[in-house]
Amino acid sequence: MQKIGVFVCWCGSNIAATVDVEAVAEAVKNEPGVVFSANYQYMCSAAGQKLIQDAIHEHHLTGIVVCSCSPRMHEATFRKTAESAGLNPYMVEIANIREQCSWIHKDKEEATAKAIVLAKAAISKLRNDTPLQAGTSAVTKRCLVIGGGIAGIQTALDVADAGYEVDIVEQRPTIGGRMAQLDKTFPTLDCAACILTPKMVEASQNEKINIISYAKVEKVSGFVGSFKATIRKKARFVDETKCTGCSLCTTKCPSRKGKNEFNMNLDNRGAIYIPFAQAIPNVAVIDPEQCIKLKTGKCGLCEKVCSAGAINYKQEDELIEREYGAIVVATGFKPIDPSPLNEFGYADNADVVTSLEFERLMNAAGPTKGTLLRPSDGKHPKTIVFIQCVGSRCEENTKRGKPYCSKICCMYTAKHAMLVREKYPDTDVHVFYIDVRTPGKNFDEFYRRAAEQYGVDYIKGMVGKVAKEGDKLMVQGSDLINNEQVHIAADMVVLATAIEPDPTARSIGTMLTASMDTNDFFTEAHPKLRPVESPTAGIFLSGVAQGPKDIPETVAQAGAAASKVIGLLAKDHLVTNPCVAQSNELMCNGCSQCEKVCPYGAITYVEKEVRGPGVREVRRVAQVNPAVCQGCGACTVTCPSGAMDLKGFSNKQILAEVDAICRW
Amino acid sequence: MQMVNETGWKPKIVAFCCNWCSYAGADLAGSGRLSYPADIKIIRVPCSCRVNPLFILRAFERGADGVILCGCHPGDCHYTSGNYYARRRMTMLFSMLDYLGIERGRTRVEWVSAAEGAKFSATMNDFAKTITELGENRKLGDLRCKK
Repeated sequence: MQKIGVFVCWCGSNIAATVDVEAVAEAVKNEPGVVFSANYQYMCSAAGQKLIQDAIHEHHLTGIVVCSCSPRMHEATFRKTAESAGLNPYMVEIANIREQCSWIHKDKEEATAKAIVLAKAAISKLRNDTPLQAGTSAVTKRCLVIGGGIAGIQTALDVADAGYEVDIVEQRPTIGGRMAQLDKTFPTLDCAACILTPKMVEASQNEKINIISYAKVEKVSGFVGSFKATIRKKARFVDETKCTGCSLCTTKCPSRKGKNEFNMNLDNRGAIYIPFAQAIPNVAVIDPEQCIKLKTGKCGLCEKVCSAGAINYKQEDELIEREYGAIVVATGFKPIDPSPLNEFGYADNADVVTSLEFERLMNAAGPTKGTLLRPSDGKHPKTIVFIQCVGSRCEENTKRGKPYCSKICCMYTAKHAMLVREKYPDTDVHVFYIDVRTPGKNFDEFYRRAAEQYGVDYIKGMVGKVAKEGDKLMVQGSDLINNEQVHIAADMVVLATAIEPDPTARSIGTMLTASMDTNDFFTEAHPKLRPVESPTAGIFLSGVAQGPKDIPETVAQAGAAASKVIGLLAKDHLVTNPCVAQSNELMCNGCSQCEKVCPYGAITYVEKEVRGPGVREVRRVAQVNPAVCQGCGACTVTCPSGAMDLKGFSNKQILAEVDAICRW
Repeated sequence: MQMVNETGWKPKIVAFCCNWCSYAGADLAGSGRLSYPADIKIIRVPCSCRVNPLFILRAFERGADGVILCGCHPGDCHYTSGNYYARRRMTMLFSMLDYLGIERGRTRVEWVSAAEGAKFSATMNDFAKTITELGENRKLGDLRCKK
């Protein structure tokens, strides 16, 4: 018979306000097996844990039930507590009486009654617990970073600094990401390229970092410490080892109608191109949709001009298979397409641009070489209207945009307004805003400088309509402070569009079985305490893939993710989850059903001598590899003879819980 | 909040929740203080595919009035495919239970992600309402096949 101790936590007033904790401790006292019960203000505190440890020693407990917050919060804490008192850590059960009881019920009597049932269910389960021993698995000391923007680059650099190998997989032909497209950065107004490109070079020259550009991760299997990834490196039709980046081919290419993605499609590029001058790798790439040679077989001009002999029209996609110990998701973002928001007239007017397009129009390496000109007629705009929160902070059910705040728009709009006023002081700049949100170091000072020193006209209110009249854009909006309608004849309108996760994020999340929220941002393991880890072990989050962020925050998070990766890769072995499937060889009939449903290939069949009461023969039986098994339990239900069971969540344990819940 | 019908009877409802999505969704409902009836008691399982039809039969045998199984959305299973197994198994089981006389309304499969605290609460409220309307379940031993 087990000797069970029950510990009821008050969680300050979080539990105790709605659940009578003393009554719970009292009610479970006479449950079979329970020899001790207590309640305390904070079980997870040092004093609370000591109470548990003392009780284990004093009453020679064989198992404990802690009635407290969710096991997702403190199961690990209490397992450690038990272990340090000499108890097997898996002889611990948690009754979740906070998230699933005290927090959702208001009536004390009702909540107390439920807490008692939950405690009794946990005790019933514990009575069927058996001590489990965790195994170990090896750690592959290499890290995969998906995405080569500033987030991915920073994580890779930090991990490489600690001496581990890193592969960056970037879907575009060059690393650099969104930051490479920016002109200046807030709140310092230093040029993005000046601070980013040295980092790109550093990454490419670091011998621990291997950049796999123009590629995508196609398949990932395995688990923390031992992932296996298949990476498809798309054919760029240029030999990376031979191309010198002289860009002669790009000037000679006769097919000039390709949209220049780097310049937000504001100008055209050749079919063979280098995305931008500082691209890394600085190697040309051929767009197969556009290349005359690849489409018709005629042309081949680039091959003729290439003195390095790098052009290879027959190049094929390459599949790379590699093992990793950790995976970092740094897939970044894109601005939303504001076309469906008709009132801003983005789809119909070339002079209504998004902020990222504006960024390119202001950039010295952009389509206008840094002179601010209207896309429609190439004239200098004299009146510019900036509109904030385009597609951000929308009511969720209207489907007109994103429900969240994109966080960076207030600051980059202040930056744009300031840059315009500085470069072209004769320009009138108006900004329509709902709220100006500037919580960041030196951020509010920056915004005030725009409004006060640079004379940017901030108007609190929404824009209802942008309509073309002659060569002007008539902006109609409301001024909520002066309570009046405003009409501005603008030459150019800039939309501070919301940002959303890169379109590839969802499929990557599914591939990694890493959870995401309803907006396709990756979910962190804990919103406050584990902000750079995915709930899926071994997957880490870096940058905007997790939520909207500016550059300093992205870099900080990238470094944090790297430190978590380093902490993982520094270990030679990981302790594996002992809650894995186990086959009872005497009951196994060798049918292979479990082998078929196992998503990890953890089950193999072996010829084995089986010994039992009255049995001694060689049979074909299932065997589970505990290092590969992840403990989902699919096999346990499939097994027709009931031979397969899951440790920690055994049939007996779950049935005991069912019985306990249905009894009351 | 509890569901009570005119006679003062309260339903017994068992909810099986997978550890990765729905259990976390229930926790999120908790931290958002989104209430649902206390008649619902949650059992944590690693994956919806861990739920053996036997567990559900046992719940009804022991007097449960409704059983709900919650897992990750299709395609989002932590173990890639567990929820698909659960979906197929439960389709079979529920149709058999219906044949035996346990109405369809008493059994349900729902997909609730870790981010859907509000959905968890709404689902549980709706399920409890359905069960309260259906009234007390007959004991499994008293069931006869439908004509």
